[in-house]
Amino acid sequence: MTACPILSIAIFAPWAGALLLALVPRASPALSRALALVASLSTLLAGFSAIARFDPNAAGYQLVERHAWVSALNAHYCLGLDGLSLVLVLLTGIVAPAGLLASWRQPREVRLFGILYLVLQGCALGVFLALDFFHWFLFWELSLIPAFFLIKLWGGPGASRAAYQFVIYTLAGSAFLLLGFVALFVASGSLDFDELSRLAATGGLSNRLAALGGFWPKAVFLGVFLGLAVKVPLFPFHTWLPPAYAEAPAGVSMFLTGVMSKMGVYGFLRILWPIFPSEIHAAATPLLWLALGGVVLGAFAALRQRDLKRMIAYSSINHVSYCLLALFAVAAGPLKSAAVASSALGGAILQMFNHGLSASALFLCVGVLEARGGGRRGIGDFGGARSAAPVFAGLCGIAMFSSIGLPGLNGFVGEFLIFRGVFGIVPWAAATACMGVLVTALFYLTFWQRVFHGPRAGVSAGAFPDIAGADRVALAILVALMFLFGIAPQLLVGLFNPLVTAWAGGLPTP
Amino acid sequence: MRLLPWTIYLSLAGAMLSLAAGRRSAAAARWVALGTAAAAWGLVLAAATGFSPSALPQTLVDLEWIPSMGGRYHLAADGISMTLLVLTGLAATAGILFSWNIGERTGEFFAFYLTLIAGVYGVFLSADALLFFVFYELAIVPKYFLIAIWGSTNREYGAMKLALYSFAGSALVLAGLLWAYATGGAHSFALADLASAAARFPAGQQVAMFALVFFGFAVLAGLFPFHTWAPTGHVAAPTGASMLLAGVVMKLGAYGCLRVAMPLFPAGLAFWQPAIAWLAIIGILYAGLVALVQDDCKFVIGYSSVSHMGFVMLGLAAANPRAVAGAVLQMFSHGVIAGLLFAVVGRMVYDRTHTRRLEDLRLLALYRLLPFAATVFVIAGLASMGFPGFSGFPAELSILMGAWQASPLWAAAAALGVLIAAAFTLRVVQLTFFGKSGDGESPARSGTSEASADAAWLLRDRETQARSAALSPITWPERAGAILLISAAVVIGLKPDLLLNWIVPSLQSPLFRAVIKGGAP
Repeated sequence: MTACPILSIAIFAPWAGALLLALVPRASPALSRALALVASLSTLLAGFSAIARFDPNAAGYQLVERHAWVSALNAHYCLGLDGLSLVLVLLTGIVAPAGLLASWRQPREVRLFGILYLVLQGCALGVFLALDFFHWFLFWELSLIPAFFLIKLWGGPGASRAAYQFVIYTLAGSAFLLLGFVALFVASGSLDFDELSRLAATGGLSNRLAALGGFWPKAVFLGVFLGLAVKVPLFPFHTWLPPAYAEAPAGVSMFLTGVMSKMGVYGFLRILWPIFPSEIHAAATPLLWLALGGVVLGAFAALRQRDLKRMIAYSSINHVSYCLLALFAVAAGPLKSAAVASSALGGAILQMFNHGLSASALFLCVGVLEARGGGRRGIGDFGGARSAAPVFAGLCGIAMFSSIGLPGLNGFVGEFLIFRGVFGIVPWAAATACMGVLVTALFYLTFWQRVFHGPRAGVSAGAFPDIAGADRVALAILVALMFLFGIAPQLLVGLFNPLVTAWAGGLPTP
Repeated sequence: MRLLPWTIYLSLAGAMLSLAAGRRSAAAARWVALGTAAAAWGLVLAAATGFSPSALPQTLVDLEWIPSMGGRYHLAADGISMTLLVLTGLAATAGILFSWNIGERTGEFFAFYLTLIAGVYGVFLSADALLFFVFYELAIVPKYFLIAIWGSTNREYGAMKLALYSFAGSALVLAGLLWAYATGGAHSFALADLASAAARFPAGQQVAMFALVFFGFAVLAGLFPFHTWAPTGHVAAPTGASMLLAGVVMKLGAYGCLRVAMPLFPAGLAFWQPAIAWLAIIGILYAGLVALVQDDCKFVIGYSSVSHMGFVMLGLAAANPRAVAGAVLQMFSHGVIAGLLFAVVGRMVYDRTHTRRLEDLRLLALYRLLPFAATVFVIAGLASMGFPGFSGFPAELSILMGAWQASPLWAAAAALGVLIAAAFTLRVVQLTFFGKSGDGESPARSGTSEASADAAWLLRDRETQARSAALSPITWPERAGAILLISAAVVIGLKPDLLLNWIVPSLQSPLFRAVIKGGAP
């Protein structure tokens, strides 16, 4: 393969940046921040060069790099790109530098922060690009370490406990995931996602698993499902998320919600659905209820929060559950037409990207509020901030409306496509999910009204400078992108539409 | 390859030289010991570069020894031996580096140490059952003295218990071997000859002989319920000795099971297989749960060793190529990781703080006072959990796959052990190094005062500076030893083929094919 290994470069560039940061003998905080930012931006560069070489209409994976790795386990170093991964790589390329900019004024141990952040970024890219379980699981697990330390060492007062809960939950899920793949390997001799999905499509995989006992295909499915469900997180495995997101520092929360939550959804689309199509179909109704639980209960829980960061955290659960709602609806069937399925799936991918943008923007905003408030971030601690900081209020408002799903902003397109698709398959689920949209609007408008509107009160009564410097740059860019992808979603959709159409085309329609 | 037997002779010579050098000065003894261990390891690595893996062991030396009994001085090496020889050299060198601070009777310490190493090299190279047994016994005596003289908690009791259990186990082994020898009538102790003779024994006899030999070796491997000597003994031992004992000597037992018990008595394995698997699984789970509630961090590591050896024994019990290859890889991996864990807890922490109680350590917030040690312990902990990127992951993955092939229930139970390992590892890392930041969690209100949080950091810094003056800095031998072991864990974690390419062909040997069955699906 003489082609440039862009995907490997994409993953290793942030790690190279981390190594450089670790080795430079006396890096001042300013140098550390600059170096980290440059290394983080490498992903965007890699993403654009990937787009240049990417043909959306070609079937299968592109820019593939595959080398033998552990021959005894038939494990390969395998990276590949399709529309879904490309969108997520672009998302990482945008959210990661934004998170670093949001942490620009964080004064403690700047160098270590940068190192851990870059390692985390590389791991996330690895999850989105690896196509062999041995390779993929390495990144999946490795991402926990920097995330743990980022939360624990720079987080709020309950950070330690939140970090441990996060890690233990995810490790427990991963143990089930690992066992599931042990079974899949013994049944098929392969750890490659593509090979496994091809074997599953013919029904051969279920047969081989069932050779040991009729319940094993379902048990293995359950194991893999649990590992992925904890990461998304899917209700009711979500309880680790609000503390973790709330206690983490602003920049880290941005990355967690923007990128890491997508790792779980990606896992559903890339692993669970292709390898267990019939099991997902059989379990679709309970799964739909779980997704709806996340949508509705997540929204209601957000409504009840006083802590603004927890509010956005529960809102994240709500938004990400829409993606799974779409997937489970498509898996449930019966599908009247392929267009309905492609609408739902396309909406899910778009929603992943758009939620990444809007949620990280909102965490940035709450981070600004927290900084102004000397650590306080209760909904009652502010008031009338709009008159003190008009630019900030404007940008924050746009981010909120994007998250609500206002047409014209990016959040609308994904949600619309999802609802259109799900209405066409399981209308009762779509109707129930509408409650989520309504309640989301409710709590965001309450947030806006209590914090920005009315007379200046609480923290905003004192000195409340407008958003400036790195914060302003990051938020402005994110908001600009919200407009861009709200008005011209085709820029993104064009990258994955053929893929989604192909997926939908492969599904059974009566 | 021909140089491999010199690892034994070099170690013995080094033992005597160390003793002599010790009379001059402690430093002389240390350097002689380090030089010897490194040289022996160097021989192994040199042999490794020229090693081409084959099914049959390659004979290195074959001389007449005790003609009246048919015992020959027969040394041979195959891929499995090579893997364990590399481990021995690495663990020995690292162990000596971490024993750099032994000041009392230094020459004698390293003399016993190197004698133990010589015995271990001998076991891994023996192809004659009698010779195997002699080297095995040779390794027991120095263990007693190392613990009894230079040990800590309960050292006389720990040393005695360890030595007695080891002798009892080897007595069982001897009984089984002599029985097989006498019944076979082949007048030879060569493993191959014993195997072909034993193949003709009735199944009932094989079952009984297997029980004697396998469970005799399994005592040293720490198979439940014969494991109780291990936590006591390893906790009592000085750091360098714990590293060697948990890291390498426990593997002697598992190696004996694999090399001697299994090929000689396949019918015996077939009979005892479920029992061994379940004892291994109980060991994994029970030892893990016990580790979870310990107050002494060294006991946590001691019990974690029993838990990890349970994985090895499960791999052997599953008796298919994937599981056994994983078991051998796990032997290597755990040897390195146990070495790291004992090194941090014993040398880096206990020698400085003089306490191993987690209740005390949690108040010290050692990650600020000993950042290097904290980093090493975190890495060692991750490796111990079987985290991807470290050698434990491909090993445990392979064992799980092999176990699933034999019985999915075994794999599921073992996977639970992985979870328990994560739990006790996180706990011991958190309490030993990251104590203070774990406490002081205020209920999540709508905000906290960031100003007071800053002040707390600053205050902690001043306290830290005052306290760190009292703790001696990490010395160069400790750094060197830690980097050596971590590199091994990472290199094999990322490229396990380096060892698997040796191990897998060895399992094709005719001696193994009768007992290790079931290829790729």
